Amino acid sequence: MEKLVIAGKEFNSRLFLGTGKFKSNDLMEKAILASGSEMVTVAMKRIDLDDKEDDMLHHIVHPHIQLLPNTSGVRNAEEAVFAAQMAREAFGTNWLKLEIHPDPRYLLPDTVETLKATEQLVKLGFVVLPYCQADPVLCRQLEEAGAATVMPLGAPIGTNKGLQTREFIQIIIEQAGIPVVVDAGIGAPSQAAEAMELGASAVLVNTAIAVAGDPVRMAQAFKAAVEAGREAYEAGLGGVSSSFQASASSPLTAFLNS
Amino acid sequence: MIIKVNNKEMELSSQASLQQLAETLQMPDKGVAVAVNNQMIPRTKWSETILQENDQVVVIKAACGG
Repeated sequence: MEKLVIAGKEFNSRLFLGTGKFKSNDLMEKAILASGSEMVTVAMKRIDLDDKEDDMLHHIVHPHIQLLPNTSGVRNAEEAVFAAQMAREAFGTNWLKLEIHPDPRYLLPDTVETLKATEQLVKLGFVVLPYCQADPVLCRQLEEAGAATVMPLGAPIGTNKGLQTREFIQIIIEQAGIPVVVDAGIGAPSQAAEAMELGASAVLVNTAIAVAGDPVRMAQAFKAAVEAGREAYEAGLGGVSSSFQASASSPLTAFLNS
Repeated sequence: MIIKVNNKEMELSSQASLQQLAETLQMPDKGVAVAVNNQMIPRTKWSETILQENDQVVVIKAACGG
C-alpha cells in the first residue's frame, strides 16, 4: 500500500478516526490503537472548572497519532477562525478539520462559509482539511484556496448510510490534485472498502466504530477493509461488463467425449 | 472587579492579570486555550494581559468529537 501524504507528512494508515460517541475514554483509546489510525479528531468544549477528572486528551496523544482538532459548533467563517486559533493554542498543532454546519438537523456543511474560512485559515498558516459537500466544483475551489485535502461527505454525519454521493465522489477523485478523504456517512467496512476502491485517499470513520457492539473489533474490521479497498485500487480493478452475458474464466474446450 | 469565566461570574482583585486568574483557577498547564472578549490570548501573553471589569473569559479544553 502506498503511503498517504498530506501537507508533506506521511501516513501509513488511510483510516482516520473520530472520537465521539464512545462509551468510555478507555474503550475509545483501545479502538484507536486497534484501528492503526494515525489521524484522530478532537473537539473542544468549555472547561468545567469543578471537574478536574475529565481529560480525554491523554487517551489520544500517542507518538504515531496526528491530532486533528475540529471546529464543530461554529456557524460561520469568523467563528471558525477563532476556533482554529483556540485549537492551535490548546493542542499545539496547526492541523485543522474545518467543519461549519449551522443546521443541527442535517449537519450539512455550509459551502460559502467553508470556502471563505479555508482561504483565511490557509493564510494564517493552518493545514486545512475541510469537511464539505460532495461538490466537484467546490472541491476544486477548496484546492485552489490551499486546502490540504478535501473531505466530501458520503451521507450526513452519523447516518451510516454509506456512499450516497458516490458518483460525485468519483468526479472529485478524478479531478483532485490533493488527497480526497471521504468523511461522514460511512457505516460499514464494506462502504469504507467501496470508497477506497473508487480511489479515495482515506476515509474518516466515527459513529460506525464508536457505537458498534464491540468497537475494538469493528476498528480492526475497518482497518482490514480500508487496506483491502486500497490494495484493490492500486492493483487496478477489472472492468464491469455492460451486459449480463458471461465471459468464461475457465477453458471451454471439452475434455469429455460427447 | 467582576469578570465572567465561561459565563460564570467571578470576583477578582483589580489589575489582576490573566496569569493570576489561571493560577487562581488551577488551570492545567497543557491542553487549554483562553480567550478574552473573543480574542485568543497565547499562554506567553498571559502575564502581560491585565483583565478589566466585565471581561468575558472563555477557557476551552479537549472534548470527544468526530
